[in-house]
Amino acid sequence: MARIGVFVCHCGTNIAGVVSIPAVLEAAKKMPGVVVAADDKYSCSDPGQSHIRAVIEQNKLNRVVIGSCSPRMHEFTFRKVMVKAGLNPYFLEVANIREQVSWVHSNDKEKATAKAIDHVRIAVAKVARDEALFPKKVPLTKRALVIGGGITGMQAALDIANAGHPVTLVERESSIGGHMAQLDKTFPTLDCSACILTPKMVEIVQHPNITLLTYSEVRQVSGFVGNFDVEIVKKARKVDAKKCTGCGICWLKCPEKVSAEFNEGLGERKAIYVPFPQAVPLVPKVDLENCLYIKYQNYVEGKSEGKRPMQCRICEKLCPVQALAWDQQDEIVKEKFGAIVVATGYKTFDPSVCGEYGGGKLPDVISGLQLERMFNSSGPTGGEVLRPSDGAHPKTVVLVSCVGSRDEQRGRPYCSKICCMYTAKQTILLKEHDPEVQCYVFYIDIRTGGKDYEEFARRAQEEYGALYLRGRVSRIYEDGKQLVVLGEDSLMGRPVEIRADMVVLATGVEANEGAAELAQTMKLSHDVYDFLTEAHPKLKPVETQTDGILVAGACVGPKDIPECVAQGGAAAAKVSALFSQEMLTSDPMVASVDNARCIGCLLCVQVCPYKAIDTQVLRNGRTVALVNESLCRACGLCPAVCRPKAVNLRGFTNQQLLAEVNALWQ
Amino acid sequence: MTKSYSFYPGCALHASAREYDVSTLLVCRALGIEITELAKWTCCGASSAHSFDTWLGLALPALDLQEAEKAGRPLVIACAKCYSQLKMASHEMQNRETLDNVNHLTGGVLKNTTEVVHLLQVLNLDSPDFTGTVKRPLKDLKVACYYGCLLVRPKDVAGFDDLEDPQIMDDIVRKLGAESVDWGLKTECCGASLMVTNRDVVMNLSHRLLRQAKQKGADCVAVACPLCHSNLDCYQKDIEKVYHDGSSLPVLYITQLMGLALGFTPKEMLMDRHLTDPLPLLRSKGLA
Repeated sequence: MARIGVFVCHCGTNIAGVVSIPAVLEAAKKMPGVVVAADDKYSCSDPGQSHIRAVIEQNKLNRVVIGSCSPRMHEFTFRKVMVKAGLNPYFLEVANIREQVSWVHSNDKEKATAKAIDHVRIAVAKVARDEALFPKKVPLTKRALVIGGGITGMQAALDIANAGHPVTLVERESSIGGHMAQLDKTFPTLDCSACILTPKMVEIVQHPNITLLTYSEVRQVSGFVGNFDVEIVKKARKVDAKKCTGCGICWLKCPEKVSAEFNEGLGERKAIYVPFPQAVPLVPKVDLENCLYIKYQNYVEGKSEGKRPMQCRICEKLCPVQALAWDQQDEIVKEKFGAIVVATGYKTFDPSVCGEYGGGKLPDVISGLQLERMFNSSGPTGGEVLRPSDGAHPKTVVLVSCVGSRDEQRGRPYCSKICCMYTAKQTILLKEHDPEVQCYVFYIDIRTGGKDYEEFARRAQEEYGALYLRGRVSRIYEDGKQLVVLGEDSLMGRPVEIRADMVVLATGVEANEGAAELAQTMKLSHDVYDFLTEAHPKLKPVETQTDGILVAGACVGPKDIPECVAQGGAAAAKVSALFSQEMLTSDPMVASVDNARCIGCLLCVQVCPYKAIDTQVLRNGRTVALVNESLCRACGLCPAVCRPKAVNLRGFTNQQLLAEVNALWQ
Repeated sequence: MTKSYSFYPGCALHASAREYDVSTLLVCRALGIEITELAKWTCCGASSAHSFDTWLGLALPALDLQEAEKAGRPLVIACAKCYSQLKMASHEMQNRETLDNVNHLTGGVLKNTTEVVHLLQVLNLDSPDFTGTVKRPLKDLKVACYYGCLLVRPKDVAGFDDLEDPQIMDDIVRKLGAESVDWGLKTECCGASLMVTNRDVVMNLSHRLLRQAKQKGADCVAVACPLCHSNLDCYQKDIEKVYHDGSSLPVLYITQLMGLALGFTPKEMLMDRHLTDPLPLLRSKGLA
């Protein structure tokens, strides 16, 4: 026999200011099974909790209804009270009379009170049919996978590894470092990017807890928190990493030159190469599309036509340790992980779609990242700022912000967040490289939210003399050796024409190549711009809807380095907390199958978005559905489609839901 | 695919831009595109009507759209401004309330069902392969295609080509055997009707266009708008007096170039009506 206690919380005046608490208590006392109804000023407070516990014990209650805020807020708190009072924590229902009543109906106290009573009534009807539930313990693999070797992923990997757990860091490119490795100096302190990044890269490769897989991609992910099965493709470098010493003779002598991706198309690299001198690991890879010997092999095997390519193999002849491994093939690594951190980063907007900025056809209109490579002493110009067209030092430079940001016409309405700051930084660096340079910046707004950011951007204007013009650029075209930039000064209300030697486009942040596909592989959701979606934009910024999978950094949305580092660390903290447990507790409020009723139609298998339903063959030979409790997210689709009503959601059974509806119409 | 259209010439094509009208009709005939001028048409409102009164700017095009609706064929327009006015009005009147109000003003029964297209779309889409019909390829001729600011804008209304770097006219030019010059000011403003009220602005803008076209190696500029044509063609002597940089260039309608390639004589294409004489250029390229 259910002995139900109803506790109504005033929540200060949040609830009591609108809902008549005495009226709710009065009504509750008459509800079936209710033994006692009591109120508290703050049920969640220490005295409130003790009071509830005392009333439970005095009245020998076995079911509890609490009328308070949303269960998302304090259900967990009150479940702990239940346990302390010696009851099963699932004999509890929370009637939300704050968010769903007092906050939204503050203009009609009478109706609000009536609705609060209804909420309590349906909770009472439901709690009477609650069953005792017991969480299960499942084992977990204390090994983490971090996808993406940029600053975010590196930080996450280091923090998890330093907490004592083994980590595998997977990076698609042949070196870790990400975009940060491309930058010269970083705002707002102008410390050299390589100086702060390289030590971390080395720490990664030397850390005993970190396994580094570069030039590798995650192909498949299955399983659930604590027990993910992951397939990683280790692509063939054609170089034996164990033998290679990184001496560099191969890329020095390779005759084949290709446009350098790492330098954003400025300058060239070889067909066997490391992307940059500080690459980690310092092991080159063979570019399978451009290597002469690979081309020769393809020709011999009849895969390509035309002139017979040269059988080069100079790298192989010169390599002092015979590290070239032409027969090396892609390798598939299968491993179990307990948690996954996704830190796949971003790419920059491609400005060649912008006809007004020359559509990628004007050589002296470059992107912000290209300018970074020029600033860099190991970059294509050896650290000098030179016009790509004729190698001259530019004296007048126009910087255009919001290229591919805040542009609805091009489907990029969002702010990319970092461009205002990197543009300010670049005006400073341009001036430091050549004091005769005059910078002009076209902007919509100058967004400098961040510690020391506004001061930095002001310094660009006041100390370094960058002229900021509020307005958009409408056209850039060549006039002789110069570029003419047509724009608007919207503060002066007139058109502006600037003759410049070079134009730098502050290209915005976009979701990385393959972000949507990876999200699908891992069943993560993403927004219309393919940025991954966090579990809660404020309170769960690194969690996802899937337990055990975390997201961090710019794959979630535009972020600068400090934020990326913070998120990498945050994700690592969540992983460490998860790994601090010996066994995982699974939520018992999931779907379950009544084998006697199941007819084996397996409609539930088809509708389950989490692939949480399997089949089992009973001893009598019948095939029935079987819920994998660790995978089930309790979405409720399977009970809805189950024709013989064999599937039920524990804690939300069909009988309970019906009882709630019935109670509403009493 | 339909090859039969109603044709709205607009005021300019019957007066200062007669060569555009004549060349359009001849070229369309040669390509088997049937275009019939609307029996009754009125001014589209041009650049003035809509700036005085929004409803006037809708009502005038509505009268023409109603004529086209009677004729029951899609409406093709050669002038960029007329096209913009009628297309914009048709777009605005997709709103039922606006349409009712306009009908109330004009006393008309417009249903707004006519498809409005620009001549370039018809020429390009309906004759995907000119090469067979091109009798006199415009070899060695470098053409800077100038679209002006209205032709392909705004995106939601016209938008049949890239807004900043349109290609439709360049495609035609290439199919004629000429070389289309890649230049940066295809869609910059020529100054439009400011020639009447603020001559200096037009001089400056037109000079900028001509100078850039010339710098990029163009022998001539191709246009698809009578106003662009007049601004670029008529004042080249005055421009030279101010800027002294020899940026003079013949300015031709795209249909005149097409006519030439299709075998019509320069006289048939009324090449002698331009103030900047294109004939020396055409002779030097063996086209006249």
